[in-house]
Amino acid sequence: MGLFMQHLCEPDTLCHHFLMVCYLAAIVWFMGLAFEPFTLRTYMSENAMGSTMVEERFSSGERALSLAKEFDAHKRKAGGMPMEWLVKAMQARGLEVFTQSFSRKLPFPDENKERYMVRGTNVYGILRAPRAPRTEALVITAPCSPGNSNNQAVGLLLALAQYFRNQIFWAKDIIFLVNEHDLIGMQAWLEGYHHTNITGYSPLQGRAGSIQAALSLELSSDVITSLDLILEGLNGQLPNLDLANLFYAFCQKLGVLCTIQGKLQRNDWDTAEGYTHAAQTMMLMVLKQACGRSWGDHGLFLRYHIEAASIRGINGFRHYKMDVATIGRLLEGMVRKLNNLLERLHQSYFFYLLPSLSRFVSIGYYMPAFGLLAVILLLRALDLWVNLGAPALEAVDGVTEAEQPSGPGVLTVLTPVVISHLTGVALYLLPVHLQEMAVEHFPVSETEAVVLTAVAIYTAGLALPHNTQRLLSGEGTEQGWKVLKLTALLYLAVLLGCTALINFSLGFILAVTLVPITASMTPHMPKALSALAMVLLSPAFTILYCVFIYQELIEAPVSVSEGWMLFLSVISQGILDHALYGSLVYPLLALFIYPCWLMFWNILFWS
Amino acid sequence: MAAHRCGLSLVCILFFSSLAHPSRCDTLEKANDNTATKRSISEVNTDGSVAGEDMNERQWQSTDVEVNRSDGTKNSETFTPAPAKDQFQEELVIRPLHSGDIYASFQFRTLWDTDFLQEGQKKVSHYRLFPKSLGQVLSKFSVQELHISFTQGFWRTMQWGQPFIPSPPGAELWVWFHHTVSDVDGNWKELTNVLSGIFCASLNFIDMTNTVQPSASFKPLGLGNATDHRFLRYATLPREIVCTENLTPWKKLLPCGSKAGLAVLMKSEKLFHSSFHSQAVHIRPICQDEQCTSKAWELRQTLNVVFDHYTSGQGKKEWSLFKMFSRTLTEACPLASSSKVYVDITDNPEGELFELSPATPLLSQAVVLGDRRTYSVYDLTRAETFGQLRSFNLLLRWKGDSGDMLRPLLHAERYVAGFGLQTGEIHTVIYNNHPYRAFPVLLMDSVPWYLQLYIHTLTVTSKSRDNKPSYIHYQPAKDRHRPHLLEMLIQLPPHSMTEVTVQFERALLKWTEYTPDPNHDLTSRFFFKEESSYFVRVYTEPLLVNLPTPDFSMPYNVICLTCTVVAVGYGSFYNLLTRTFQVDEPSPPLAKRLANFIRRIRGVPLLA
Repeated sequence: MGLFMQHLCEPDTLCHHFLMVCYLAAIVWFMGLAFEPFTLRTYMSENAMGSTMVEERFSSGERALSLAKEFDAHKRKAGGMPMEWLVKAMQARGLEVFTQSFSRKLPFPDENKERYMVRGTNVYGILRAPRAPRTEALVITAPCSPGNSNNQAVGLLLALAQYFRNQIFWAKDIIFLVNEHDLIGMQAWLEGYHHTNITGYSPLQGRAGSIQAALSLELSSDVITSLDLILEGLNGQLPNLDLANLFYAFCQKLGVLCTIQGKLQRNDWDTAEGYTHAAQTMMLMVLKQACGRSWGDHGLFLRYHIEAASIRGINGFRHYKMDVATIGRLLEGMVRKLNNLLERLHQSYFFYLLPSLSRFVSIGYYMPAFGLLAVILLLRALDLWVNLGAPALEAVDGVTEAEQPSGPGVLTVLTPVVISHLTGVALYLLPVHLQEMAVEHFPVSETEAVVLTAVAIYTAGLALPHNTQRLLSGEGTEQGWKVLKLTALLYLAVLLGCTALINFSLGFILAVTLVPITASMTPHMPKALSALAMVLLSPAFTILYCVFIYQELIEAPVSVSEGWMLFLSVISQGILDHALYGSLVYPLLALFIYPCWLMFWNILFWS
Repeated sequence: MAAHRCGLSLVCILFFSSLAHPSRCDTLEKANDNTATKRSISEVNTDGSVAGEDMNERQWQSTDVEVNRSDGTKNSETFTPAPAKDQFQEELVIRPLHSGDIYASFQFRTLWDTDFLQEGQKKVSHYRLFPKSLGQVLSKFSVQELHISFTQGFWRTMQWGQPFIPSPPGAELWVWFHHTVSDVDGNWKELTNVLSGIFCASLNFIDMTNTVQPSASFKPLGLGNATDHRFLRYATLPREIVCTENLTPWKKLLPCGSKAGLAVLMKSEKLFHSSFHSQAVHIRPICQDEQCTSKAWELRQTLNVVFDHYTSGQGKKEWSLFKMFSRTLTEACPLASSSKVYVDITDNPEGELFELSPATPLLSQAVVLGDRRTYSVYDLTRAETFGQLRSFNLLLRWKGDSGDMLRPLLHAERYVAGFGLQTGEIHTVIYNNHPYRAFPVLLMDSVPWYLQLYIHTLTVTSKSRDNKPSYIHYQPAKDRHRPHLLEMLIQLPPHSMTEVTVQFERALLKWTEYTPDPNHDLTSRFFFKEESSYFVRVYTEPLLVNLPTPDFSMPYNVICLTCTVVAVGYGSFYNLLTRTFQVDEPSPPLAKRLANFIRRIRGVPLLA
């Protein structure tokens, strides 16, 4: 039986074909998720929000726009957050107003947003619910962005505050927050509110209990044609699906055009275009979720178990115009429903993919796609395990080499593992710490220095096998690489499995690129060809492909050189996101995925 | 994520003079009945400057008292040998708040000159003004002092300043039992159940897991220097929702009900259309006379409401009794010895902030919470008050703008820090805004057992320096039996912010211990008191702390699944086992049957 098992997963065997089928099935399964008959229709799970339809009465759209103009004027005058005006405006509307000033120093300048030393103020007003004991709160935020953007959001926020203040039915306090420097301000506010110190603490005074839900508003023009819902948050966390359902329900009720990933919903699911459209929407969601950054100000709330979403006004579809009052009514309706909540949003799904706003794929449906990929790794590992055990069986016949494999095995495995991980640590630490030195010696800016150092270390890691071999005393044995590969396969399976549980998209994308090459890797393959294949399927190239695919999907294709620049900025953003908000994608890639990939790279060059 | 509420309150009590003060003020009250507002113990302080007006009032009131007393004697002569002299006083204090809101505080005070806790007086069967339901409860459970409050909303110290009588959100109950009681816990348990019936509230949810015996935070407010805290029980229910069903039984305790007097203003649709609503019952023994030879019972029923000028004023800042309560006053309660409406005009000496109509010549001064306040007084026992229309509708017209936030001398806030469902930190921040005075504060905290406090992480910092409490009393919790109790005496430096933090871990509850809304909350409590010439109690906000919650839909899913499996699996299996099988002759085709039928008619042998 041992003999039989030994050759089971060699090429052109049943097992080999089975693994190929698994891989293809995973891809097909995943692509099938966007096919409408295979998905479920969204439905409101939360009772408190379902049956109690509210009547929206907000009508001060004009006032919102004039407030936006006023805000714009004061913003220009102040050259940033018009704190005094905003404090007065909120006080005049009967809110308890507080401010929070914060300052952050970025690890290196952010060239996309041109900031390095950030100093700002958050202004927030709390509308105290009558006869509620300050235990629960809802948050509505609007960022105070530089230039012309988001003035309308602040205007609408103030108009809503005024309207809400005159209502008696609030059971939860409502916090109206205007945050400066988008995510940095939001992070400072959330840290201050929860008194946590993840990236630097700025104290804050007024609080309103535990926050149940948050909505972030982004409106940049007086005329809005549709609203886009953004759900993807930090580390790929998503809010409860009921929040998306709530938004969709009110869009339907008020006849507002709504999109997700900037894509309208289509009804022709049975045509090829219809399917492609849904698949594109889902792929966009997967890519956005995989990159683990917060795609709107809401994304940072999710860490604190606060359900949050961003609503962005889009001015693009010429035929459908709606006034600010309609958006105000939509928000009023949403906030009133959230106000009705007796418990936290917990009834609906937390893990899902959305091929459109009215259809969703739950974790039970998408996990098999990943499971099929993980099975490949596990079967390979099992095959190797049996393979490694087989000579020991033969040893009974009299060949006394049975003792050999285990002795050197540990060392041969441990050395590459340790060296790969040290390279990973270098990749994680050095770019940021060596930036000053790099700037001194090379004619580059700090940001370029960081990114290029990262790329350089990554590339240098490719020279590792030779160095490893030099460290090892003897020749690499057949047993040696098998043990190493077994370790690496199991390691990769565990890594990807854990990642996929938390952030399915990231786990799946990594699995799709890493699994085929790692599963079939042996030192006996043609070196040049397999080396090329391995490099092309390495994590860095995965990021590059994702950049191109993303640009293609948002219908803004880029040339190769533009793509390369985008790739570099994505890396710098990844490092910044980690330093500023605690995004875990960069450390995951640098400290675990890349070393794991290096282990396979080692096997290829096993001599 | 079941959550948890923790309320924190701030009580400031003068240790030594508080015992002397109440009796003195009671004596005063008894002697000439001219006290302005008997809001709190230290408040009564008649001033020489208004003596003239006081004399004026005294004139009026003393006659009332006479009438009252003669009534009392007449009635009591018939039934009881010892004449029990009952008295009833009602008053309404209206304070226009800094924020533009209106604070209305009712107080109904019933005095009953009897002492059934003494030997031989146990059986009192005659009740006149004092509600019988409460009197029986007092005598049955040997209650020395009883304080109960129901509050909906949260007192906003930053906007409204200090309340007359502070109370935490939800229900609060504290009781001193007589020192002759042997089974205090048993009495307490029964008492809470009885009170729950009397006030239509869920006080029966008070059990040992939310009852504490504070060692230093409470002193009896009335007579009797029982300081043995074994006879004290304190509990709060922050989740209690207060509504009309609690108001109605509370109104029924009044001698006039809501038929006459100030109580006619209590229309629930208006009272509950407010930013804050608190109703309370305080019972304590006081001296009958200056020599304090015999005891009397005092029942104070208070009701505090804050009306929001935004939601009810529609922008117009104008208040009237009719607007607030949708009623006007037409008469005083005939049983009341005094019935008055006070309006706080301290901030408005020249009438620049607001305008009152009808105006009144009567003024009164009192020291409330260390602050000298001036009140306009409207005496409802005088016919002139009602004017020609025979109805009294006080109108208050704002002139000034509503101010910014106050900087109250002392205020506190509380919050939970951190995220995740395993650990957290409770922060209590106490602000002392006095420029040069330091205040000693007694802090009391009772946290439910399911928040497991790490008491070694307790830190008290003022001005970023360690502030060592001079007294700490800590009683650790027992799972499912007793909450944590923490009492500390802290000195608050002048103009400072003191932060008390303690870390905790969230316990895993048994699945039956979760509330019906497990993703919402459960409860705890916090307290404070200050040594000074007067005492203030400030309650901080209750907290919601998420507890790890299992997926409660799981059992449902499992049940559905099992039922389906059982139904389908067992059903078909049973069917197979019990069914008897037999070979069935296939019926001949229709053509054949037709043929056979014709053949039978013809008498020809049938086809096979």
